[in-house]
Amino acid sequence: MSTLVIAEHDNASINAATLNTVAAAKAIGGDIDLLVAGLDCGAAAEAAAKIDGVNKVLVADDAAYQYQLAEVMGDLVAELGKGYSHILAPATTTGKDFLPRAAALLDVNMLSEIISVVSADTFTRPIYAGNAIATVQSSDAIKVVTVRATGFDAVAAEGGSAAVESVSTVADKGVSAFVGEELAKSDRPELTAASIVISGGRGMQNGENFEMLYKLADKLGAAVGASRAAVDAGFVPNDMQVGQTGKIVAPDLYVAVGISGAIQHLAGMKDSKVIVAINKDEEAPIFQVADYGLVADLFEAIPELDSKL
Amino acid sequence: MKVLVAVKRVIDYNVKVRVKADNTDVDLANVKMAMNPFCEIAVEEAVRLKEKGVATEIVVVSIGPKVAQEQIRTSLALGADRGILVETEEKLESLAVAKILKAIVEKEQPQLVILGKQSIDNDNNQTGQMLGALTGMPQGTFASEVVVEGDKVNVTREIDSGLRTVGLTLPAIVTSDLRLNEPRYASLPNIMKAKRKPLEVVSTGDLGVEIKSTQTLVKVTPPAERSAGIKVASVDELVEKLKNEAKVL
Ligand SMILES: Cc1cc2nc3c(=O)[nH]c(=O)nc-3n(C[C@H](O)[C@H](O)[C@H](O)COP(=O)(O)OP(=O)(O)OC[C@H]3O[C@@H](n4cnc5c(N)ncnc54)[C@H](O)[C@@H]3O)c2cc1C
Ligand SMILES: Nc1ncnc2c1ncn2[C@@H]1O[C@H](COP(=O)(O)O)[C@@H](O)[C@H]1O
Repeated sequence: MSTLVIAEHDNASINAATLNTVAAAKAIGGDIDLLVAGLDCGAAAEAAAKIDGVNKVLVADDAAYQYQLAEVMGDLVAELGKGYSHILAPATTTGKDFLPRAAALLDVNMLSEIISVVSADTFTRPIYAGNAIATVQSSDAIKVVTVRATGFDAVAAEGGSAAVESVSTVADKGVSAFVGEELAKSDRPELTAASIVISGGRGMQNGENFEMLYKLADKLGAAVGASRAAVDAGFVPNDMQVGQTGKIVAPDLYVAVGISGAIQHLAGMKDSKVIVAINKDEEAPIFQVADYGLVADLFEAIPELDSKL
Repeated sequence: MKVLVAVKRVIDYNVKVRVKADNTDVDLANVKMAMNPFCEIAVEEAVRLKEKGVATEIVVVSIGPKVAQEQIRTSLALGADRGILVETEEKLESLAVAKILKAIVEKEQPQLVILGKQSIDNDNNQTGQMLGALTGMPQGTFASEVVVEGDKVNVTREIDSGLRTVGLTLPAIVTSDLRLNEPRYASLPNIMKAKRKPLEVVSTGDLGVEIKSTQTLVKVTPPAERSAGIKVASVDELVEKLKNEAKVL
C-alpha cells in the first residue's frame, strides 16, 4: 500500500492543508510520497521533504504547472498516480478542481472531503450539508480522495528528511491558460488556519460596518469570515464565505455576528470548539448551536465587546 | 452555439434531511424535491447567453427517475429549448453520471456544457471535472463570470484566495458558483409554453453506457449533536465566560 499526496503550495512554501492531508495518509498506512508540481518550486519541495512521515518528494518543475491548472494537473496526477493504492489532495479549490479529472482518467470514482479514515478502503464524509455522515467503502483499485482539513490534526511540518526526485513532465495540450487573478490581501490569519474566527452576516448591513469586526479581530489575532448573504450583497469578497459551499472552519472560537444560522452556514462552522452568537432575534437558529448566545443589537454589542477586551 | 446544461433533481435546499432510524440512508420519503440550486444558476447562465445572442440552442439533460422530468420542465420554462431525460432508477456515482453526459455530448456536440459546481445532496463537486477529463475539454469550475469571445471562453473562478480568470478553448465546461447570476422565476405563460417543448426520454442502454458502481454506503449516521448552550445577559458576562469557563480568550 502506498499513497501519493498532492501538495498545495505557492512554489515557495507548503499550504497548511497539506499537513492535514498527510495526516489522513498516515491514518491509511503505507508509504507516503508527496507531489509538488509548480514552477521554480524548489523551495516548496525542500519544505515538503521536511514534513513528518513523508517517504519521497516528487517534483514536477515546469512552466506548464505554474498555475496548477486542472487540465495539466489532472493528466500529471493520473500518470504518476497509477502505481499507488491511494491518491489524496486537500479539499481546497485547487484540489477539488483537478482531482476529479485525475480520477476519471484512471477510470475510478472519487470520495470528496473525507473527515475520517475507518480502514484503507472505508472513509466517512459529510453529505447533505453536514446533516448526515456517510460511511463509504470503495472497491476501486486506486482510492482517489480529497481530505477536509478540519477532520485531521496536522502532522509536524519539520522533522522529516525525505528524498527529492524530479519527474518528467506531461505535455500541455494548450486548451487552457491563466489570464489573471485578483487575490485577497490581508495581514490577518487565513480563515481555515485561524484559532479564532469572527464572521459577519447580512445583519452587518454594509461593507463599512465590517471594519468593526476587523478591529476586533486584530485585537484577538482572529480571521474574519462571512455568510453567503454578506458576500452576495457585496459587503465582503467571496474568499470570506464560510459554509457548505464556501470554506469549512473549526477554530477554538467562532463568533457569528448578525448571522441567522441557515443549515448551509452551519455546515461550515459547527465543528468549532466554542461558538458565540450575537443576534438581535432570540429565535434565530444560530442560537441552537451556540455555546454562548447574546441577544443584542450588534451595533451596540460589538463596540462594547471591543472596549472590554 | 449550442449549450448543454446538466440539471439534477435533489432535496429542496430548505429541508433539513433526517437520517433513517436503521442508519441505512437519509429519509427522503415525502420530502420536497427541487432542482439543485447550482443547476438553476447553470440554466440561467445559458438563458442569458442566448439572450445576448451567443447561444443559439439550449439543451437540458437530467439523469434520474421519471419524475426528474419536473426539473427539465422547469428548465424549459426558464428558457431552455429542449430536454433529454436519461431515465434510471439507480443511484449513480459521479463517474457514471459523467460517462452518461459524455455520451450525450458526443451526440449533441455542444460548444459549452454548463453544470452546477456541486449537488447539495451528495456534496460531491466532481461531475463537471470528470466530464472534462473524459471528453478532453478544458474546464472553468466555480464560475462567477463567463465571457464567450469567438472560439474562446474566459471564466472567472471563485477560489480560496480570491478570484482567478482562465481562458479556455471551446468546446469547454463551466461549473457554476453562487455568484454567477441570480436565477429568474418562470412566468406562468412560460410554464405553459414549456409543456409543449420537446422532451426526449432515453435509457442508459440506448446510449451504450455501462454503469458500474464502486462505492458502497456502509451506513449513514446523524452528525454529532452540540450540547445546548446558554444565553448570556450582557457583554460583560460573555467576556467573563469566554475567559474563565471556555478559556478561549
Ligand atoms: C446552494 C446553496 C448554498 C449555500 N451555501 C452557503 C454557504 O456556504 N454559506 C452561507 O453562509 N450560506 C450559504 N447559503 C445561504 C443560506 O441558505 C442563507 O441564506 C445565508 O446563510 C443567510 O445569511 P445571513 O445569516 O447572513 O442572513 P439572514 O438569514 O438574513 O440573517 C441575518 C441575521 O442578522 C440578524 N440581525 C439583523 N440586524 C441585526 C443587528 N442590528 N444586530 C444583531 N443581529 C442582527 C437577524 O436577526 C438575522 O438573524 C447557501 C444557500 C444555497 C441555496
Ligand atoms: N443525475 C444527474 N443528472 C444531471 N446532472 C447531474 C446529475 N448529477 C450531477 N449532475 C451535474 O453535475 C453537477 C455537480 O454534481 P456533483 O458532482 O454530484 O456534485 C450538478 O450540479 C449537475 O449539473
